[in-house]
Amino acid sequence: MSLTQTELPAAPSADSTQLAVEGVSRRFVRRDGGATDALVNANLTVGHGEFISLIGPSGCGKSTLFNMIAGLDVPTQGRIMIDGIDRSGQQGLVGYMLQKDLLLPWRTVLENVVLGLEISGVAKKAAHAIARPLLTTYGLGEFVDRYPSQLSGGMKQRAALLRTILFNRDIILLDEPFGALDAQTREHMQEWLLDLWDDFKKTVLFVTHDIDEAIYLSDRVFVMSARPGRIVAEIPVSLERPRHPSIVTSDEFIRIKTQARAYLNGAHAIPKEER
Amino acid sequence: MTALAPHTNAPTTPGDAERSLERLGELRARMSPVPRRGRTAREPSGWSVNLWRVGTVVAIFALWEIGVRVGIINAFFWSQPSQVWRTAVVSFQNGDILANARYTFASTVAGFVIGVVAGVAIGLSFWWSRRYALVAEPLVIAFEAMPKLALAPIVVLVLGIGIESKIAMATALVIVIQVLNTYSAVRAVDTDLTTLLSSLGASRWQVFVKVVVPSILPSVASSLRVAIGLALSGAVVGEYIGSREGLGRMIQYAGSTYDIALIWVGVFTLALLSAILYLVVAWLEKRLLKGTHSA
Repeated sequence: MSLTQTELPAAPSADSTQLAVEGVSRRFVRRDGGATDALVNANLTVGHGEFISLIGPSGCGKSTLFNMIAGLDVPTQGRIMIDGIDRSGQQGLVGYMLQKDLLLPWRTVLENVVLGLEISGVAKKAAHAIARPLLTTYGLGEFVDRYPSQLSGGMKQRAALLRTILFNRDIILLDEPFGALDAQTREHMQEWLLDLWDDFKKTVLFVTHDIDEAIYLSDRVFVMSARPGRIVAEIPVSLERPRHPSIVTSDEFIRIKTQARAYLNGAHAIPKEER
Repeated sequence: MTALAPHTNAPTTPGDAERSLERLGELRARMSPVPRRGRTAREPSGWSVNLWRVGTVVAIFALWEIGVRVGIINAFFWSQPSQVWRTAVVSFQNGDILANARYTFASTVAGFVIGVVAGVAIGLSFWWSRRYALVAEPLVIAFEAMPKLALAPIVVLVLGIGIESKIAMATALVIVIQVLNTYSAVRAVDTDLTTLLSSLGASRWQVFVKVVVPSILPSVASSLRVAIGLALSGAVVGEYIGSREGLGRMIQYAGSTYDIALIWVGVFTLALLSAILYLVVAWLEKRLLKGTHSA
């Protein structure tokens, strides 16, 4: 893994598969005996250092899929492969960040950010020594010893994202991380995330409701449909990197956006056809 | 028209809505054009509040003393402040008060500490097993419903008239509240936080230490002030039933010898002791909460 990356540091390539979701379905059995299919036969592969997004209406099984990749839930069918090994139901192998920042209110930013390292058994002092410079580099320097309640929404998300990255896994899952932020903060955060991604060479899976956000950030965008949740389309984003925010007005961007919209509308229409 | 009143059973006729609008218009016309200005409450200054407080207490004692002197209040049943003061000075000088207060203080604090530590430990233990929690919960609630002061005679019989029975009574009153309080705090722990820890690959013990215990600390801290009062009540009732020392025994003894002034001395000493304990616990609570939320 490190070989391909050191050879091709600038352009993250999808030549080697890091994560593969193979025919994964998840069915929840209700108390009354009925069943709900949260996700049906999902297939996707993500290469080393790739940035992919999942978009879709609520209830399309995005979070169910993430929970299974994170090992918090087990597929009813299919398997989750990480670096070629079946890791279904195994926790602690990917970094996972939810929409809520979930910072521990009784810990300072620094203590929160090292939580992942701490759980992996790294000594507190060593973990702090690793985290401090990174917090400074990534704009949290003056907030190191503050408590989460003293931070703005954007700063909290930054801290949560840094915690996810400091957990030191190759794959990170971001479930609508910027969903609760205002438009301007959100734009800052997107750029900041791209910087981080560039620096840390992580493989990123990103869930969002925002088509622009998905296209702007990703190498590929997966469109999902609801009830039952399934992946209905995969759209490659050929926009060159590094991308400038003004790219959202380019012809190519708009072409991709139109395409994604069409799939999304189709995705919304599917349940009606099935009825 | 029917759409305006979909939930009323009485049929509405066309024109009802118009009448309502008319009525609103009339009311509107009758409203005073200038809104009444609300009285803005000004925070009274600190010294005037304190003056009023001291004044109220002095007035109560003065009325009591005067009431006895003019014969409205029966001194045999109620005693009088001047008498209480003389008794207080005497029992302070011969060391009675201090010795008894120390005894009650010791059993209260011991019962408080044992009750809180054991209660929190039991409450926390419910986090580990859902089945165990479900079995234990009704038993704990049943014990809570039982008036524990009524158990005092048995406790004194079993543990004797030494300090052990007083500590046991104080503990009994504190522990159940602590168990229930801790358990409800445990159930209120944010499951997203425990999920987050699991996604980081944390063991159950790590989740317990890093999320569950810190999460319940604020609610434990705020229950301490209630607990100290309960511990004191338990200890005093234990002394009423059978004891050789303590403020409770002093009051009980004074009552049986019609020494009303001494009862008052005991009661006021208890109040003072209670206030001191309360202040200490409030300080402890502040220390515990420091850093758990925004500092």
